[in-house]
Parts: sequence; C-alpha cells; structure tokens
Amino acid sequence: MVNETSTLAGAKIAAPGPRAQISPRVWKILGILVILAIACILPLGLSNYRLFQLTLALVYAIAILGLNILTGYNGQISLGHGAFYAIGAYVAAILMNTYNVPYWATIPIAGFVCLVVGFLFGLPALRLEGHYLALATFALAVATPQLLKYKAIANWTGGVEGINLLKPDAPAWMHVDSDQYLYYFTLAITVVMFVIGWNLLRGRVGRALVAIRDHPVAAEAMGVNTAYHKAMAFGVSALYTGVAGAIGAIVVAYVAPDSFDFLLSIFLLVGLVVGGLASISGAIYGALFIQFAPNFAADLSKAAPWAIFGIFMIGAVYVMPGGVASFVQIVWDRIRRMLAPARGT
Amino acid sequence: METSGAQAAQTRRPISASEGRRLLAIEGISVRFGGIIALDDVSFDVAEGEILGLIGPNGAGKTTLFNVLSRLYQPNSGEINFDGHRLLSIPKHRCAVSGIGRTFQNLALFRTMPVLHNVMLGGHCHTSAGFFNHALRLPKVGREERELTERAMELIAYLDLEDVAMTPVGALPFGTQKRVEMARALAASPKLLLLDEPAAGLNHEEIGALRALILDIRQRMQVTILLVEHHMHLVMSVSDKVVALDFGRRIAEGTPAEVQRHPEVIRAYLGDSN
Ligand SMILES: Nc1ncnc2c1ncn2[C@@H]1O[C@H](COP(=O)(O)OP(=O)(O)O)[C@@H](O)[C@H]1O
Ligand SMILES: [Mg+2]
Repeated sequence: MVNETSTLAGAKIAAPGPRAQISPRVWKILGILVILAIACILPLGLSNYRLFQLTLALVYAIAILGLNILTGYNGQISLGHGAFYAIGAYVAAILMNTYNVPYWATIPIAGFVCLVVGFLFGLPALRLEGHYLALATFALAVATPQLLKYKAIANWTGGVEGINLLKPDAPAWMHVDSDQYLYYFTLAITVVMFVIGWNLLRGRVGRALVAIRDHPVAAEAMGVNTAYHKAMAFGVSALYTGVAGAIGAIVVAYVAPDSFDFLLSIFLLVGLVVGGLASISGAIYGALFIQFAPNFAADLSKAAPWAIFGIFMIGAVYVMPGGVASFVQIVWDRIRRMLAPARGT
Repeated sequence: METSGAQAAQTRRPISASEGRRLLAIEGISVRFGGIIALDDVSFDVAEGEILGLIGPNGAGKTTLFNVLSRLYQPNSGEINFDGHRLLSIPKHRCAVSGIGRTFQNLALFRTMPVLHNVMLGGHCHTSAGFFNHALRLPKVGREERELTERAMELIAYLDLEDVAMTPVGALPFGTQKRVEMARALAASPKLLLLDEPAAGLNHEEIGALRALILDIRQRMQVTILLVEHHMHLVMSVSDKVVALDFGRRIAEGTPAEVQRHPEVIRAYLGDSN
C-alpha cells in the first residue's frame, strides 16, 4: 500500500491516469463540430413546418438540460418544471406585449426571474426528500395554469385567451425567412446554454452536485455547503427552463395557460429519462424524442397515438436502460475498439 | 499556527511542558438521541502529532464523537477547542477548511464518481470558484482545477490508486475503496485525521499495510490522528495514547499498556460477570 520510493511532491502525474482520456475528448469535439455543421445546413433541406418543429426540439433540449442539472446531477426530482417553462414564457410575452421590450432582451430577463423563483422554491424544498419533493413540484405544475388565468392579473396575462405575439423578422443581411431565422437564433442560444452547462457540470460545482446526490452526508463532511448547492441547483435549473420557455413563446408567437399544463412537466421528465440522466448530450436526444415521437405515433395510428407513444417509451427504456446517451456511448466505444484493435485500452 | 493572542487566552488549561502542543481539547461533550445518551460528559485532549486510539464496545459512542467533530451532530452540551478555535461556532461547511479530515465506518464514497473526482472533492473546501466563475470558466477555475488535480494525483500515486484513477468508485473492491477514502480525507491537508474503524473488513496482510500507512502518514504529512478501531493489536501498536469509552462515558485514558490493564476496560469488554 505504501510506496516508499514515491515522494508526495514528485508524483508521476503523466502516468496512465486521466491524460489517456484526451483522445476520446478530441473525438467528442470533432463529433460536436460535425453535428453543428449538419444543424447549420439543415434549414436548406427542410420544410418550414419541420424546421419549426426542430426549433421547438432545441427549446426542449435547453429545458431538459435544466431539469437534468437538478434531477440527473443533483438528484432532486421535479415533476413541475413546466411551471418554470410557463413563467419564462409569460415573462417574455408580457415584456414584449405590454412593455415593448425587444424579443431578444426578454430571454435573459426571463432566465433571471426563473433563477430567483427557482432558488426561492428550492429553499423550502431542502426539507423535502424523494417522493415528497415530487409531490411539492407536481403541485407547482398543476397550480400554474390556474394562476395564469387569475382575473386580477388578466391585464398582463390576457387571462384564458393568453397573449398573441408578433413573430420577429429576420435581419435583412441574413437573407432567410422568419422561420429559418428563428431556427438559427434558437440554435445559437442552445449552443451557448450547453457550453455554460458543460462548464458548470465538469468542474468543482458539478462534482459538488453529484457528490450531494451520491452521498449527502459525506459531501457535507467534506465541506460542501449542501443547502446552498441544492438551492442553487434549483435556481439554475429553473433559469434554463425559463430561458427555454421564453424562446418557446417567441417561436410559437403565442402563450396561453393551457399550453403549460402538467403534461408539459411530465414530458420534460420523459425526455430526461429517455435521453439519459446526468448526461449533457442526453438532453438533445430526449428533446428530439418528446418532439417527434408523438407525431410519429400519430402517423402510425390515428386511433391510438398515445398507446403507440407509450410503446415507444417502454421500448426506449427497455432497449436503452441508461438512456439514449449512454447507449450511444457504448456503441461508439465498441466502434472505436474495432477500429483500433492493436492499441490496448 | 494562526492562533491569535485573544483566542489563545480563551483556552482554559495551561499546556504542560511534557506533552506536545494541544491540538484538540474535548470538554464535557454530551449527546442525547431521545432517551439514549450516546456521549456523557466526555473530555480528553489530543496533542499535536499524536496518534490517539479510541476504543470501546459497539454503541459506546465513538462514531457519535466523530460526527460531533466533523459537525454533523450538534452536541447537547460541551465545548471543543481545535487549534485555537471554538469548533462548535464554525459553520458546518467550514469544518473541513478548519483542518479536520475523516473516513467513515461504513464507506461513504461518491459511488458514481471516478476515484480522481472523489479525491478532488476532498479538497473542495480549499477552492472557492462558484457557479458564476464556472459558468463563464473564468481563469480562477482553470487554476484551481489544475492545483486540485495535481494534489489529488499525488495522493492517488501515494495510495497506489493510479491504475483505477478514472474508474467509478462503486466498481472497485472493498479494500481499494478504503484507500480511496483515505486519499479523499488527506486531500484537504488536514491537521487532524479521524479514522473510523479503518481495519474493518480488511485481511491480515492489508491490516499490516494499513499500520505502516498510518505511521507513514503521520510522519510525512504531520497530521494528528484519532483512530477508532476494534482491532486491538493495531490500536495498541500504533497509538501513543488510548481513550476507552463505554456507554458514552470515558472509562479510561492512558498509554496502551495502562488502558489494556484497566479493570473498567476489561469489564466493559468481557461483560460484567458478577
Ligand atoms: N443518528 C442517531 N440517532 C439515534 N441514535 C443514534 C444515532 N447515532 C448514534 N446513535 C446511538 O448512539 C449510541 C452510540 O452509537 P455510535 O456512536 O455509533 O457507537 P460506536 O461507534 O461506538 O459503535 C448507540 O446507542 C446508537 O444507537
Ligand atoms: Mg461506530
């Protein structure tokens, strides 16, 4: 156990350890660049309706990444993220509609509002574990649409009817139509949000979040401020979902209470689990799933689309128990090993 | 080291010349859980650089004392003086900063995280970059991560864990996980190390290595060690001083030989035959 010859100061850091991981990282970056390139040329080959759907998938990807920070990484379950999505959407819509704020400026404001609301909700939630937290967040999800219909605030929210918005025009220099522009606009924000998410999750903060999930008592004994990190995880998670809601409002150009019912919260959770818990790329797979699987199910059977969708869900978690992301990882590792058989691992 | 004059003046008893500087003073600690008295007015001192063995039958309150020292439990009464500070007034999450590292009786590792990240988390309290710094990956983050990785890799090499540095801890054998816990506890460069039954579950050979490791750690890193252990041969052979607890009370204190002979200790271990 004790290696007498190795001094603490002169440890061999370049030894087998993490340096050997660099090559997969290069592969990963290359993969991301290829996917980004494809994402950039996609609008050329897709109908405006498909493009609109893809834009919404990007929006969901941001929301699911937010949910993942809370539930996947930090282990706090939320059945109520639709509420933060709704708050983000309404903040954006009200700012645009009532206060003539430019559409792009509403997004950071919506994010900030949700950060504060999420953090404040996260404080009492500190006392709730597992199933109880699920109930409390679910309460948030079912209450939100009703609160949005509340008469006293109908001047801002538009009551049951909601708010109609104008779709922003593309800047003239881009030579694209409005739907294409919104796609690129959303894509750019998605990239920024994912880079920030990656930054947050790979360092000290990310380790603290996972440590709290894996063993809260040990995390506390190691000096992690667990209460602060859990409340902040809630806040940041809500910020992501609120940003998604704001973009969603801009893209759909319409908000109404009933588009944010509890089913939205459940769908975000479905996307999270199908895509992969505690995986950044999983948020994208999950978003594509919740955006396109229901359509696809409806194409297959007009009579029982939900039954088909249910089969998709069960099939996905059965075939890929760790989510699509870990499935992709396993397949990719296998391919790499086949391509480079001479070199050991 | 950073003891200011004012704080030093608060310490109650003078330090005798024969012992080393007093690092830890436990003064009249009591902990109750409902009707159970887990610790009953326990007091003893630990000198700097000392290895103090803490023994006692199951349920004697040894782990509870560790949990008080790492601020997981708030005692009902008593005072703890650590390195010139009143430990109980330091906020919970600052405890590891103050220089107390520990391992757990039943492994308490972050099972999904690789060994390297577990050990890096041990140094969490010596770094400070938070959400904002990380979101934008400001230079501070890179600097701290580099230092933390370097320190963690040194400890990983020291504990012979290099081959499994990137393996999730949950996939490792028990003995290896125990070494990961030791590396994690050392990552904060503690002045005081609390080891809760480090030999439990280890085989004869591993216990021999553990003994050498404990002595080497003390010498190399100048840490003071509080060792809870049922393996009598190990405790008695590495400890400078031994304290025995029974039903939450301190029943004996002295050199290993003195404590082993102490009638109360013999009674506690053999059961009262009268
Ligand atoms: N969190 C707790 N809640 C209730 N009782 C506890 C708790 N922790 C310890 N105890 C009780 O305190 C007593 C001392 O336990 P412990 O410190 O674990 O003993 P040891 O480590 O010496 O075996 C036992 O009776 C135990 O049941
Ligand atoms: Mg114990």
